[in-house]
Amino acid sequence: MITTRRSGWRPRLEGVVRELRLRARIAARATWRNWRRSLQLRVALITVVVTGAVVIIVSVILFNGIRSQQLTAKKDAAVSQAQVGVQYASNQVVAVPSGDPRSIRETLQRTVDELLTRGGSAGQFSIVMINRDTPTPLTQPSFAGLTPALPANLISMVGDGTQAYQYAIMPTDGGPDVPALVVGAPVPSQSGTYELYYVYPLDREQRSLEDIRSTVVVSGLALVILVAGIGALVTRIVVTPVRLAAQTAEQLASGQLERRLPIRGDDDLARLAGSFNRMAASLQRQITQLEDLSRLQQRFTSDVSHELRTPLTTVRMAADILHSARDDFPPDVARSAELLQTELGRFEGLLTDLLEISRYDARAASLDAEPTELGPLVEDVLAAAEPLVRRADAAVHLTLPDEPVVAQIDPRRIERILRNLLLNAIHHGGGVIEVTLAANKTAAAITVRDHGPGMDSDEVLRVFDRFWRADPARSRHAGGTGLGLSISREDARLHGGWLQVWGRPGQGSQFRLTVPKVVGVELEGSPLPLEPKAATDDPYDVVAGPIGAGP
Amino acid sequence: MSGTSLRVLVVDDDPNLAEMLGIVLKKHGFEAAFVAHGGRAVSAFREVRPDIVLLDLMLPGADGMQICREIRQESLVPIIMLTAKTDTADVIRGLDAGADDYVMKPFKPDELVARIRAQMRRVESDHPETLAIGEVSIDVAGHQVSRNGIPIPLTPLEFALLVALARKPRQVFTREYLLEEVWDYRHAADTRLVNVHVQRLRSKVEIDPEHPEVILTVRGVGYKAGPP
Repeated sequence: MITTRRSGWRPRLEGVVRELRLRARIAARATWRNWRRSLQLRVALITVVVTGAVVIIVSVILFNGIRSQQLTAKKDAAVSQAQVGVQYASNQVVAVPSGDPRSIRETLQRTVDELLTRGGSAGQFSIVMINRDTPTPLTQPSFAGLTPALPANLISMVGDGTQAYQYAIMPTDGGPDVPALVVGAPVPSQSGTYELYYVYPLDREQRSLEDIRSTVVVSGLALVILVAGIGALVTRIVVTPVRLAAQTAEQLASGQLERRLPIRGDDDLARLAGSFNRMAASLQRQITQLEDLSRLQQRFTSDVSHELRTPLTTVRMAADILHSARDDFPPDVARSAELLQTELGRFEGLLTDLLEISRYDARAASLDAEPTELGPLVEDVLAAAEPLVRRADAAVHLTLPDEPVVAQIDPRRIERILRNLLLNAIHHGGGVIEVTLAANKTAAAITVRDHGPGMDSDEVLRVFDRFWRADPARSRHAGGTGLGLSISREDARLHGGWLQVWGRPGQGSQFRLTVPKVVGVELEGSPLPLEPKAATDDPYDVVAGPIGAGP
Repeated sequence: MSGTSLRVLVVDDDPNLAEMLGIVLKKHGFEAAFVAHGGRAVSAFREVRPDIVLLDLMLPGADGMQICREIRQESLVPIIMLTAKTDTADVIRGLDAGADDYVMKPFKPDELVARIRAQMRRVESDHPETLAIGEVSIDVAGHQVSRNGIPIPLTPLEFALLVALARKPRQVFTREYLLEEVWDYRHAADTRLVNVHVQRLRSKVEIDPEHPEVILTVRGVGYKAGPP
């Protein structure tokens, strides 16, 4: 029972502690964040802390100085008055016979009365005079109740024959107990043992010290608040333009190039604003220049496109008519018509590719992405390339995942990439070409694997370069513009995707296209490996094996 | 239309291309008329009364889009843009101006002729056939579309598109299928061609094109006709 109960409340307590600790940590973090973020808060807090410390130190020193000065003055005056009093009392008691209580009492009373009338610079006071010749000392206080309050310490010191003073809480005549300075001295006399005590109430001094203390505290607090306020105000004057500058810089960065800072006055902040505005103007000028250049480049591309395409259309149609009538021509003219037709096709392809790549260079390419199922897209590209595959005596093995793969892509561009990769595999590899589609949660990938001569590491690095040809002797026969892979790589980049290649001499090569399923999502890995799982001489090893997942 | 050859108006500023087009068109049995200057295109159109217009978008004198709009204001004759611009934005703008199809330069003669024939192809109907989608009724043989008896003028292509949808109510058509069926494209080309024309058709036959009731969009698939 006990154990269950204990295990009942202990976790609860621990939970509460954990909760509290968590809340404390959150609060601390929020404060820390504010502390780090707000210069104004930081300056105000530092000002308060520093000013507070200075004010406290100064006040303590000041207060102690005033107090000790007041008390010293009081003590000096009191001691000197007591000395005069002792002198007087000594003269009074000289003739008093010892052992005569009546005359002793009379003398004590007379002396005290007389001494009470003599004021001094030490202010109000009361007196006790004592004769210790009888077993019960004869005392003469200025008012009743004063004698028992005399501090025992002082009495014993006076009893030893020394003059001394002490601070103590003493009664007043008809008033409350107050702190007081008590000065005691033995009265030198041949006829008996006399002691004289002066009691100086310190209530007035205490009141004035309290007044001073509260004044010091109030003015110190006021000073701290004032300084903190000034600090906050000054920081605000400085920080506000800085914040404004930060805000304006953000707006500039977000493309509002015409934003500027207001310039007021001729101070440092105005100079900052001036420099800032000059910088913004210079940036705006340069960006506008770049934009103009880009626009010019786009216009140029567009114009070249039009100017070249119109005559090319005429030539194309003329060549087509010649080509279709070639059977009526003598053999060499007929062959010329055929060559004209083929080369025109190449020329057209080259023009299209050049314009496409210059569009990328001018950053005029735009992505028209729409959710597209990749499986049918791959199948369409393969079907369209079927005649070429057959002519090259090659074969294509396609591996599709069970689930349909849908990604936000520009189908025109992805088709173009696949077409280029497939043509590349047909021209440079031949034999069996393996095309694999796979996807994970965020990305889709397509690999095109050939078992041709492959590439060495230098060729792998250069394969995406413009007009680069792996094998000059072969490529002329193979056709192609030499721009296909460059454009494909740009197409992949436009999707935020990757186009990569793996190759090894004698083992063929593999291209891998990876695109995010959602436009704008950063790729973290590819659903297919770049390097084929089993890069052996027998291509069917790869086809037969399971399709690798993971990066 | 058999017997008399079809008249094609070619609006192009390049004399060599125009002449070449003339040769090709004549070879395929068309009768061609030419205008080289954009400013004279519309008056030439009124004079020639062509069955189809081939219009170059970049012309001196007047903007090709402007000509397209002006012709479309007074006639439903099919217009095919000849464009050297490959940017889809330019193509879309041309279609918005009222063109029915576009051919990208450089094109093969056969391709151009196929495009022209696709535009000229009428919706065939041997017997009187009347279709209806909502309040819109379609007289297929008479090439008439009307809403509550008020005729709605449609271009041949818009008419073909509407008939294709209306003949199989409840069936959802993909854009690729419509492209093949209505435009006669053998390989799927730009499916935005379909989008633009559906929008244009809606602006004519719908009461509120923002909330279509005649031509419905099936998200992710394509279009279908509204309930008859």
